[in-house]
Amino acid sequence: MGADEEILQEFLVEGRENLDRLERELVGFEKNGASEQSIGAIFRTVHTIKGTAGFFGFERLQSLAHVAENLLSKIRDGQLALSSDIVSAQLAVVDGCRLMMDWVEQTGTDGTDDYVALKARLEALTVGAAPEVVAAPAPVVAVEAPPPPPVVVAAPVVAVEPTPAPVQPNVVLPPGQEGERADTTVRVDVHLLDKLMDLAGELVLARNQLLKFATTSRDVGLGQSTQRLDLITSELQEHVMKTRMQPIGGVWNKLPRVVRDLSGELGKHVRLELEGKDTGLDRSVLEAIKDPLTHIVRNAIDHGIEKPAARIAKGKLGEGLLRLRAMHEGGHVLLEITDDGAGIDADRVRAKAVERGILTPDRAAKLTTHEAQALVFAPGFSTAEKVTNVSGRGVGMDVVKTNIERIGGAVEIESVAGQGTTIRIKIPLTLAIIPALIVAAAGERYALPQSGVLELVRIDPASGRKVELVDNTPVYRLRGELLPLVYLPQLLGTGGATGTTVVVLQNEGRPFGLVVDTAQDTEEIVVKPIGKRLRDLVTYSGATILGDGRVALILDVRGIATRTGLGLMKRREAEVTHQESTAGDRYLIASVGADRRVAVSLDSVARLEEFAVEKIERAAGREVMQYRAQMLPLIRLGDALGAMPAEPGDTVHVIVYSAGERDLGLVVEGILDVIEQRAQISTTVAQHGLLGSAVLDGKVTDVVDVAAIAANAGYATGAM
Amino acid sequence: MAEQLCSFQLAGMTFGVPAVEVQEIMRAQPITRVPLADPATAGLMNLRGQIVTTIDLRARLGLVPRPAEEKPINVVIRTSEGLFSLLVDAIGDVVVPAREILELIPENVPTHFRDLIAGAYKLPDRLLFVLLLDRLVTH
Repeated sequence: MGADEEILQEFLVEGRENLDRLERELVGFEKNGASEQSIGAIFRTVHTIKGTAGFFGFERLQSLAHVAENLLSKIRDGQLALSSDIVSAQLAVVDGCRLMMDWVEQTGTDGTDDYVALKARLEALTVGAAPEVVAAPAPVVAVEAPPPPPVVVAAPVVAVEPTPAPVQPNVVLPPGQEGERADTTVRVDVHLLDKLMDLAGELVLARNQLLKFATTSRDVGLGQSTQRLDLITSELQEHVMKTRMQPIGGVWNKLPRVVRDLSGELGKHVRLELEGKDTGLDRSVLEAIKDPLTHIVRNAIDHGIEKPAARIAKGKLGEGLLRLRAMHEGGHVLLEITDDGAGIDADRVRAKAVERGILTPDRAAKLTTHEAQALVFAPGFSTAEKVTNVSGRGVGMDVVKTNIERIGGAVEIESVAGQGTTIRIKIPLTLAIIPALIVAAAGERYALPQSGVLELVRIDPASGRKVELVDNTPVYRLRGELLPLVYLPQLLGTGGATGTTVVVLQNEGRPFGLVVDTAQDTEEIVVKPIGKRLRDLVTYSGATILGDGRVALILDVRGIATRTGLGLMKRREAEVTHQESTAGDRYLIASVGADRRVAVSLDSVARLEEFAVEKIERAAGREVMQYRAQMLPLIRLGDALGAMPAEPGDTVHVIVYSAGERDLGLVVEGILDVIEQRAQISTTVAQHGLLGSAVLDGKVTDVVDVAAIAANAGYATGAM
Repeated sequence: MAEQLCSFQLAGMTFGVPAVEVQEIMRAQPITRVPLADPATAGLMNLRGQIVTTIDLRARLGLVPRPAEEKPINVVIRTSEGLFSLLVDAIGDVVVPAREILELIPENVPTHFRDLIAGAYKLPDRLLFVLLLDRLVTH
């Protein structure tokens, strides 16, 4: 990052802080009335934004702040009284400035919107309302001058711009609340906080060791000191953790823009309400929920909220409401996303699930309304009538669910047809310290995140309940259900099929049993990264240091399921039901290279994704991409099939295949359609990498042999 | 100025790494195995709260395995990928190869070895192979 960019970052951070404060002050006006002191503070904040924007040459931002400042100066000078019209106009300025700063961050320019209407509104307020109120508030204001600028404003960036603020040094003002608040805040480098977090974690480990030692000692003094150390350490850790918390508002700030753009694109009117902006979350969690949250919001606007005419016809307001709420509950944060749109029609969902081959008609009919609505989280499900840019590829909500579950969260949906939908997300406060079950297998200890553990079962051969083999796969009868078993030592290659303790784990809603020698304690562990060299190993999500100072690997439940092929079971099952319920095969039609149209079987397609081209990296001479914390090898289907190269675009479409242990991404130029039909594949055209060609959707289409292409590129595929 | 090299022994050969990249040298430490990892990864160790990947240099260079009764020494190095610990047989002196010229490794030496070596210094009594650290710690 260059020096200029650093200054720009500083400008953005500070500018956003200023806007946040401005917003609070403006809202405070409406509640508590204006004091000359707070008007002075607002005036200066706007002035600072104007000044710094000018310094960086963001003319649109500067111009908007300038007009807003003119209006404020009239109020400050007592020529104009504050009205709710003025407050809302100023709030609109805050929103406008925020959007422009987003633009600055993303594109380096302040956007394309000149805010002509808003500026005209501000100017009208500045001129129009002036004569009415000359008399009343003027004397009060004249007595006192604005207070000296708060500390925050006097940051280096601001100092560059000469600030002609009318500061009067001889006026002493009582310390306002605003000044105190600014004084008690310090900006700290994130890495320093991470380091503090690490050290606090180490202290916890040292304490644990000491506690073990103290219990075996008879020294009373040692016992007492240890106990105090114990308490202090816990408190310290808790507070250090709090320093890493950031308000969820930081993530939400992006949403007004998303809502504005999307509703405009779709011709809908949506009002966004945000409650609980200050709810604090660990940085890592915030990062992890950013995309799922945006996806849910997009979905709500695309599928949930109806067009104005349809809403009015149903007796609703033309403007839809999308409300996000965040709150703390226990050690968790609850997020609620509510819309007052069309809701989820359970019957339509059932029909769609049957059509998509997710359920048999029998099973679909037996589902309760709530269960049927939850089907929107099923992989490959989408109720959108057509594939749009926005959503409807059926690859969305299941990814949302998986991503939230990966960080130990849970998501549920509640919907009343015609009235709206509420999605509730429960997420942990932090990912840095998690409760984990410590298990031992073949002489090594491993940590299993508690969030994936359902229960512990002991295999007792004496009771007559034992492990059975179904087609060479060990299973266990657990309350009448067959539980597939995975022997941890066998999986890791450290031992055989031994062990008597079954840890029942849940992967994407499906339980399986992990057999270990013993299950030991539950411990709060500090999650540490495992390093680049070992990152490709899907079976581990990190490592931790146990109470005795030894390192233990943290097992990744999804990775284990993937490695054993349990992730594929679901698909197999889906295929079975699929054969019962539908007559054809499902194909994904994609455009490849400049002009080819090919089909790939949907059977082992895990997901469809679109990425910015920059995300493609190279490793060992091959194109790869970081995807869901793993390396996703990429194959360009166009090159593999010898198609004419296409014009490179800004984004690439990737078909993600599940291939046994690891995923594989096929890069195509575009996803055209998903069709379902019984196709006769003719093999007369023999080209490597093709199964043949078939008439699909009325056109002759080449059907791709993914396994052959993967093998040709040197990627072994177990299960395609 | 000539580079200072921290030298060590591996299967009767002498290797060196730039001394500025060496953080510390430690006796054998408890190591947690990482099943399914590549054979050169000996495991993970706890270096005062930091988890450090330990690489068995004999395995990495394709040399004969160390006899079980011999305890290895940890050479903790800084790389662009963070800290790593290299398992070596014994530590030698810090060498400043003043006048010698760094010789390239002949082409008939196996690639898996040659790829990890910057070159060899001809010391009076032996050859000193200089390791390429960044390449050593990646696959």
